[in-house]
Amino acid sequence: MSEITAEQVAHLAHLARIDLSPLEITDLTHDLGQIVDSIAKVSEVATADTPATSHPMPLTNVFRDDVVVPSLTVEQALSGAPDRAGDKFRVPAILDEE
Amino acid sequence: MASAELMDYDKALELFEPVLGFEVHVELNTKTKMFCGCANEFGSGANTNTCPTCLGLPGGLPQVNKKAIESSIRLGLALGCEIAEHSRFARKNYFYPDTAKNFQTSQYDDPICHDGSITIELESGRLVTVEIERAHMEDDAGKLTHMGGATGRIQGADYSLVDYNRGGVPLVEIVTQMIEGAEHDAPEIGKTYVAAIREIAKALGVSNARMEEGNVRCDANVSLRPRGSNVLGTRTETKNVNSLRSVERAVRYEIQRQAAVLHAGGTITQETRHWHEDTGRTSAGRPKSDADDYRYFPEPDLLPMAPSRAWVEELRLTLPEPPAARRKRLQAAWGFVNLEFQDVVNSDLLDAVEATVAAGASAQAARKWWTGEIARLANVAGVAADSLVTPVQLAALIKLVEAGTLTDRLARQVLEGVIAGEGTPAEVVESRGLAVVSDDGPLIAAIDAALLGQPDVLAKIRDGKVQAAGAVIGAVMKAMRGQADAARVRELVLERAATIE
Repeated sequence: MSEITAEQVAHLAHLARIDLSPLEITDLTHDLGQIVDSIAKVSEVATADTPATSHPMPLTNVFRDDVVVPSLTVEQALSGAPDRAGDKFRVPAILDEE
Repeated sequence: MASAELMDYDKALELFEPVLGFEVHVELNTKTKMFCGCANEFGSGANTNTCPTCLGLPGGLPQVNKKAIESSIRLGLALGCEIAEHSRFARKNYFYPDTAKNFQTSQYDDPICHDGSITIELESGRLVTVEIERAHMEDDAGKLTHMGGATGRIQGADYSLVDYNRGGVPLVEIVTQMIEGAEHDAPEIGKTYVAAIREIAKALGVSNARMEEGNVRCDANVSLRPRGSNVLGTRTETKNVNSLRSVERAVRYEIQRQAAVLHAGGTITQETRHWHEDTGRTSAGRPKSDADDYRYFPEPDLLPMAPSRAWVEELRLTLPEPPAARRKRLQAAWGFVNLEFQDVVNSDLLDAVEATVAAGASAQAARKWWTGEIARLANVAGVAADSLVTPVQLAALIKLVEAGTLTDRLARQVLEGVIAGEGTPAEVVESRGLAVVSDDGPLIAAIDAALLGQPDVLAKIRDGKVQAAGAVIGAVMKAMRGQADAARVRELVLERAATIE
């Protein structure tokens, strides 16, 4: 059985800024545990000479040339912003008051 | 209470050994950003160079800029690095408003360049080899402006504004190994190392390399360990130290501060610290904690890179002469003493002087003009000296002086005209009528008038007191409004004094 704990799930949720209820944390602890166990089974099959794979496609060096293409207009760029000030995005205070 | 806060530097070094490490970010000067075709330039208004990819909008897909890879490899090669046969990008996940994607696209366990070193020379002549652990690629963050606080700082701000023009601009982060044995030279090593990185990036042409514009930014890691101990102390990381002088000051400050804390029985907190240029101090930022749990994972939207050995070798052939070797060669060729040469280097005028010499001027004259009058005018105007005149213009001006067409004083007026856009030096001489008067007629008339106006001086000269001629020469130069060659005036004064009735 996996070693995923409710504390780890709560910590991850905090890092990902996801607000989870205690019930969701319990459910996710169970679900993530099963996922970790399933992946562990794959590790049993993979021998030392199987390289770790981060991408399934056997492709490398896909580059683009250094050529400028038109950007969004400022209005387009800001159109989804919850708040703006002039041509800039406006965001709430970053540091909490101590 | 600076005395309680800081320990005397020499005493700190007596009790502790400083251990250093540097992370230097070099902003590449590609035409476009790292992962999208938005222009890598500033100044045309906030948020004018953004797209769904660099704004982290749904559907945005990154594409790697080949030129940025090329620049990173060339920078790595110039730092003596190995170029990885396999390299990939990774997501560094964190939430901060200057990073619209909520992750930085960086590199984690497969950096493009690793295991290099550069040797720097301190003013004492001491050579220090700095080992480079890795140089990896990543994209820059946007620019935040904090509003509503009294100081413009993040503390006490009511809200912040974001301009994402810089978001996604390519960076290379160069990370050193731990630097031990720095001893008293620790601050100078920091300054000299960052200067060397900057110089290399500039020589390669991969970055504009202007620290004042944030093209090169340094984070300085400092820790102290008590003499006789082999256990490393806790380190602090001072962020964004953005001038060479600040690197030196920040390292010295952290050594003195940490020594005072440790000596008083305190402990150093592992934390980020902020350098304040105005007060010359660092202040605590956030402690290293959960926030540093970045959950790196391979970037799924970008394929791995496998730079071919042929490409790497091709790029190796494009490397310029190493800046340190070039400096040695130029100093020898120009015959400058150390002080003269340092003056040129410190004023960032090596390229300008070299180009002026190449355009036909003597090295000493080129140095004198660039570090003297032109630097002075640039300082007054608040611009870089090499933005005022071109090396070709200056070489032409120097030739006019050496040909006797202009005195130094007149040449300075011509220089002003050239800077004001009045044309080439020859054109300015013509249009302003500044050439030295070489027809002796008006000169002799002025000399005769001056001699007759000061009969006592005339008598002295006739008695063989040649130094008395100075008063007459001054009067003549004044009458000629400076447009006469002083040496010729002196000659004629002595000649006329002997014959005048």
